[in-house]
Amino acid sequence: MTIRTPLTLATVHPDKGLRAALGQAPIEVLEEVDRSGIRGRGGAGFSTGLKWRLASEAPAPDGRRHVVCNADEGEPGTVKDRALLSELPDLVLEGMTIAAWAIGANNGVVYLRGEYVYLRDGLEDCLARRRASGLLGHDILGTPGFDFDIHIRLGSGAYVCGEETALLESLEGRRGEPRNRFPYPVVRGLDQAPTIVNNVETLAWVPAIMARGADWFAGIGTPGSTGPKLLSISGDVARRGVYEFPFGVTVRELLEASGGEDAHAVVVGGACGVCVPAVDFAREISYEEISTGGAIIVLGPGRDLLDVAENFLEFFVDESCGQCTPCRLGNPVLLEGVRSLRRGECTAERLGELQHLGRTMQDASKCGLGQTSPNFFLSLVDRFGPEIIDRIPV
Amino acid sequence: MTTSIPLPTEAPATVGATVRATINGREVEVGSGTTVLEAAHACGVSIPTLCHHPDLIDVGVCRVCVVEVAGQKNLQPSCVFPITEELEVSTHTPRVAAARRDIIDLLLSEHCGDCRTCARNGTCELQDLAADYGVDHYRFGQRTEPVFVRDDTGPSIVFDPDKCILCLRCVRTCAELQGVWALGVTGRGAGVRVTTFADLPLSSEFCINCGQCLNRCPTAALTAVDVTARVRAALEDPRKHVVIQTAPAPRAALGEEFGLPPGTPVTWQLNTALRELGFDKVFDTTFAADLTIIEEGVELIERLYHALVLGEPDTALPMFTSCSPGWVKFLEHGFPEYLPHLSTCKSPQQMFGTLIKTWYADRNGLDPADVVSVALMPCVAKKFEASRPELTDSGFADVDLVLTARELAKMLRQQGIDLPSEPTSDFDDPFGTATGSGVIFGATGGVMEAALRTVLELVTGEPVEDLYAHADITPVRGFDDVRLVELTIPDAVGPVPSLLADLVPDWDWLRGVTLRVAVAHGTATARRVVEDIRAGGRFAGCHFIEFMACPGGCLGGGGQPIPTSLEIRKARARAIYAEDAAYGKAGHARKSHENPAVQRLYAELLTDGPGGATSHRLLHTGYTARGTFLPTGQKG
Amino acid sequence: MAMQLDLPDTVAEEGAELVAAIDDIVARHGAKRGELLPILQDLLAERGEISDLAMQVVADRLGAAPSEVQGVVTFYSFLGVEKRGRHVIRLCHTLSCVMAGTRDVAAALEDELGIPFGGTTPDGMFTLEWANCIGMCSTPPALLLDAEALGGVTPAHVREVIAALRAEGVHG
Repeated sequence: MTIRTPLTLATVHPDKGLRAALGQAPIEVLEEVDRSGIRGRGGAGFSTGLKWRLASEAPAPDGRRHVVCNADEGEPGTVKDRALLSELPDLVLEGMTIAAWAIGANNGVVYLRGEYVYLRDGLEDCLARRRASGLLGHDILGTPGFDFDIHIRLGSGAYVCGEETALLESLEGRRGEPRNRFPYPVVRGLDQAPTIVNNVETLAWVPAIMARGADWFAGIGTPGSTGPKLLSISGDVARRGVYEFPFGVTVRELLEASGGEDAHAVVVGGACGVCVPAVDFAREISYEEISTGGAIIVLGPGRDLLDVAENFLEFFVDESCGQCTPCRLGNPVLLEGVRSLRRGECTAERLGELQHLGRTMQDASKCGLGQTSPNFFLSLVDRFGPEIIDRIPV
Repeated sequence: MTTSIPLPTEAPATVGATVRATINGREVEVGSGTTVLEAAHACGVSIPTLCHHPDLIDVGVCRVCVVEVAGQKNLQPSCVFPITEELEVSTHTPRVAAARRDIIDLLLSEHCGDCRTCARNGTCELQDLAADYGVDHYRFGQRTEPVFVRDDTGPSIVFDPDKCILCLRCVRTCAELQGVWALGVTGRGAGVRVTTFADLPLSSEFCINCGQCLNRCPTAALTAVDVTARVRAALEDPRKHVVIQTAPAPRAALGEEFGLPPGTPVTWQLNTALRELGFDKVFDTTFAADLTIIEEGVELIERLYHALVLGEPDTALPMFTSCSPGWVKFLEHGFPEYLPHLSTCKSPQQMFGTLIKTWYADRNGLDPADVVSVALMPCVAKKFEASRPELTDSGFADVDLVLTARELAKMLRQQGIDLPSEPTSDFDDPFGTATGSGVIFGATGGVMEAALRTVLELVTGEPVEDLYAHADITPVRGFDDVRLVELTIPDAVGPVPSLLADLVPDWDWLRGVTLRVAVAHGTATARRVVEDIRAGGRFAGCHFIEFMACPGGCLGGGGQPIPTSLEIRKARARAIYAEDAAYGKAGHARKSHENPAVQRLYAELLTDGPGGATSHRLLHTGYTARGTFLPTGQKG
Repeated sequence: MAMQLDLPDTVAEEGAELVAAIDDIVARHGAKRGELLPILQDLLAERGEISDLAMQVVADRLGAAPSEVQGVVTFYSFLGVEKRGRHVIRLCHTLSCVMAGTRDVAAALEDELGIPFGGTTPDGMFTLEWANCIGMCSTPPALLLDAEALGGVTPAHVREVIAALRAEGVHG
């Protein structure tokens, strides 16, 4: 397998977290998760404790609340959720069960991306085992009235469905087009009911937090980014794979661990991330510094950064849902701009217009996809000026 | 004696809490949940929009309305940003203006076409925005060659996807307001398009030709088929006798095309203007509306008699009105099993068309082949209706050409005619006399009110004014999606009028009977009502239901001036009811059966009475079960 | 379930088997709008195609409009209105794989199958498509062969895989 460092998660005692949670009132579980400081590990970094509390407080007219596991890991360069789902699926499902107890949910869904169809059977087996062991179903672990079950829904090839409201649209049988910000899914999510959508890794950490305590978790990482983080390192390194580091790890430390010391640049965050130059390798991976859901792609000497930009923009032109103007039409313009840079045909004035457009896309797109799609291009112009300027006709 | 039945409605928005917002330094107090866009309008700040339309649920996709909200990292779409706590908003900062300019430039980059040759030149919202935001060149390019096939094969609607900016107002209109879903969204990313199912031409679709989409399209992606050149050619042909009938709804709206506020009727100026354009005769469609009421009212009485007296359980009740061609096609597609419920009466336009090419031509020694019958309608579905092969009872197309209000306005402007300053003049005989009942056909509930005025008076023998002040049957009026009304026939009934003597022996069977009638507008509402009937719900017990395809009825038709909104439609309705009331004040008839021209028609042509053989030959029609299958050439 | 979509007799006869297959799938998942994706996934898996008629039948069974179903079918890369071959090969063309040699593998696949990406072999055996990241960045380049992920593929490797599948197709 591709796991390169010992995983803390592999040492968590099965069901200890769930038993600990069921020994507490839901409000106490909410407080514990909140106190751990854990933030969404898909990349957006929203406070998990706050998300759960909002969902638990939102009125549920027909008594229904949902826990959705976002297993639509589509960010180029990310494999850590796949590793968890294949190696430690119980932890993810246990995390969902704890979440259900905390917010009063009775229905759980794993939205598994279509590209991960090969993981489905393993997950179904795991669900069956858990049902047989009383870890799912009625009166879970003998807790009267705690009924919760999980089913798997397969995506069908759409990166944007990793955006939580697009995921909900997809679950409701529609085009995966992100919703407007309000109301939030914690208030009206799946089928209008309060819903939490959590990343695979976020959910996997929950049993550890419940088993070892919030203080343990909060003591790892940085003040604003607590806990360990799984990172997928790929590209021009000797040892590609999934690594666990505490938040606050520097880019250089990642390169050392994976055998990519001679890197020219590092893509942090995948296609929606930024391009980090060597002078910034001392910077930290954290929500405060360089934020990422876990994708680290190392670019060795000789890699043309415009090739990378073109690859990412082709990706966004295809994967944009296409509903909002800046993203639908902006990405093709940026793509053509990068191609004209490669051909040596992009003037300085044009480059300025493209930067302006990129900032508009960040500022005015409807969802995170559009808002982050110009990130790599903008960071390239911003941080690799000389390399880009060389491509501009004099 | 009349009761409005309260119907379940959506729970009202939470009333009570108000919040303060500061917009560009102006303070405004609004109800919690009000959007930034609404609040801005409330304090006189104008924010540009494209995908927003007051009739539709906001989707926040065009991003033109983005604003700065204090405390928010990114720009926020004002149309979908609810104010729930104190908020500070800036709508026109340099940052906002720059983003809008980028967005407009992006929209222009795939908007193919030349403004000067465009049907919406001067009324295009994208063009206006480009001007407002100083677009002087195409920064992100411009598509100069079309990449899609323009669908201009249908009788009513032209779809040009190369001009589409994906605001989705059409798609939402077709789904939310009309429940038709002829238009949808396909593809993803840069490949997203508005399309029909399997890219079929709209005329092969469920499309009911209502034109509500094109009334809300900000560009010329959706437009109505334009027949002005054909009308002009007819007017210029000395061998042709060209007559026009004008419907009441466009008369209440045409003024908007000439700068008058909505709700300013121009009926009598229009008569003069049409003669100046060269029409040989100018007739009033309301004459045919009155005729429709007689025929349809009698049909209702017949059906009631068969059901209540003869005890025939298969009698198709409730009876549905048949004057809205969009509604008729909607039923033909979606609910063919309910076609027997449709009144067999042709619409006023088509009744009139038949009479012009038969009775009128005959009386005036004209060869019907040389008569060109034009109709001014608020409607693009009327263009389709005129093309229906079965509507040729005169031996020719009953109606040759249908003009929308917009097309006629264009013809008038080309002729240098300023409609509001035209002198007034009357309609031409022999169809010149109308009644207030015919006029209110233009508003939702109008057909029902007109029918009730006549039926109640014929049955009770009492002037309907004694039952309802000024004969205003207000419970059926208004803009609620659907109104359900019960009327109890008094115990005292009158003698059967001679006109109906062959029909029923007496009215005794109607004593104390409670008539249940309903009015629905917008085909999304119509769908709910018919499904309710199918499920045996409250509407299944109705005797008569008026259905109009378009929100607001004809006055909100797809051929009316653009833009449209509830306020505009209400203003047009006020104009229509004012015209009705004016008939009363001037001592003219307000009830269809009092129309002397209609009475003369029964005396001279339709001598076997309403619903008689002659009527059925000339004024009634049948329908086609079109169903829900869309043939795409594939078998599966 | 009551048949509401009124198919003309000619179509009804030819489409009867399709309609029955759809009704089976719908029965498995429940005739609910929210089940549209699983239903379409099963339909494509069973028949290799989501035809115009199929979309109309599915729409009818779920109380949706054909245009809505078409909107969903054309949104997702793994659905779509194109007929698929018996085996679908989806080669990842995101960065980590491209950096590790996707282009050579792509050329080998096109050459071996004689079709461009997006195409299906005339014998209906293979469809060749691009995929965005399939989560195999640790072992690039990678592809999805139907429901199986293959990492570290090379031109020689994919030629072998195709040959094996062809042999299976002939004998199996």
